[in-house]
Amino acid sequence: MGPAAHAAPRDPLTASSPARLAAGARWGGETPEALVDAARAGDRSAFEELVRATYADTYALAFRMTGDEEDASDVLQEAYLRAYRGLRRFRGDAAFSTWLYRITANCASTHVTRRGRTRTSVLSPDAVVPDDRPEHDPEARASVNSDRARVAAAVADLPPRLRAVVVLRDVYDLPHEAIAAELGISETAAKVRLHRARKRLRERLFPLRGESADGSDP
Amino acid sequence: MRCEEVAELLPDVLEGGAGAPARAVRHVETCLRCQAELAQYRRLLRALRQLRFQLPEPPAGLLSSLLGGVEASAERHALRAALLRRRVAYAAALAVAGAAGAAGAAVLAGRSRDRIRLAG
Repeated sequence: MGPAAHAAPRDPLTASSPARLAAGARWGGETPEALVDAARAGDRSAFEELVRATYADTYALAFRMTGDEEDASDVLQEAYLRAYRGLRRFRGDAAFSTWLYRITANCASTHVTRRGRTRTSVLSPDAVVPDDRPEHDPEARASVNSDRARVAAAVADLPPRLRAVVVLRDVYDLPHEAIAAELGISETAAKVRLHRARKRLRERLFPLRGESADGSDP
Repeated sequence: MRCEEVAELLPDVLEGGAGAPARAVRHVETCLRCQAELAQYRRLLRALRQLRFQLPEPPAGLLSSLLGGVEASAERHALRAALLRRRVAYAAALAVAGAAGAAGAAVLAGRSRDRIRLAG
């Protein structure tokens, strides 16, 4: 089953996003930190507010890691339940969003392994909402816009082991240590997979003269 | 260094920090092919970072399903806590009753010993 059809464009900075968290945005009149504190103290409505504020962004991560709408929804259910039960253990060393990403990554990795699926090509360019944020460099923006859909499709076509690492590192900016911990692999293995994933993507998306677009030598 | 060797290092150059060996840097500075390849890796990284802001639309009903899951979990937790409290209270009552019974038995035993001693 594919993702929902193209929705109206929206500015991620006015929707839920890590950028809002980082900027100390207010949700329902509360700062994210105050909501996290209240939720840790047992205020369920505060946790529900956190879910409302973060689920679209967290869903995007789960979807990119699993490549499937249904799987991503299952992953999110599990991730938020784990977060709710484990909230008292969240010490605030990292941002709440980073903590949530780690839980989601762990759930997605377990889910993909359990299902043994290698679904690909479901992340069609039509499945995404375009980013209409203003860019400082119009030339760079034009280039990035043209690359974006192809990149999303190429990432979705990677084998799940490589896809997970490149999504967590290059899209969500998690450190190698966290990626290794949540995927249950060594840091060295995470780096090797990242290397392979980047190489494969570069060869497919931006081949040099003498290289074919599928990454094989001519 | 040869281009093939440098090419193997380029995906990791994006990490910054540790960086590439000085020999590789010197090679890239003078090699147009490797410069082009490095530029393509940077272009790839920019595009990957943009995916962070390109959100697939969550399915309709997902939010209410998530909130329902949290609510059900909270209710289960509250129920378990109530059952645990009841079990603890029951065990405490049993312990108190047992202790009271034992104390009563000890008093009775003491009295009967006294009576036997007086009769003797």
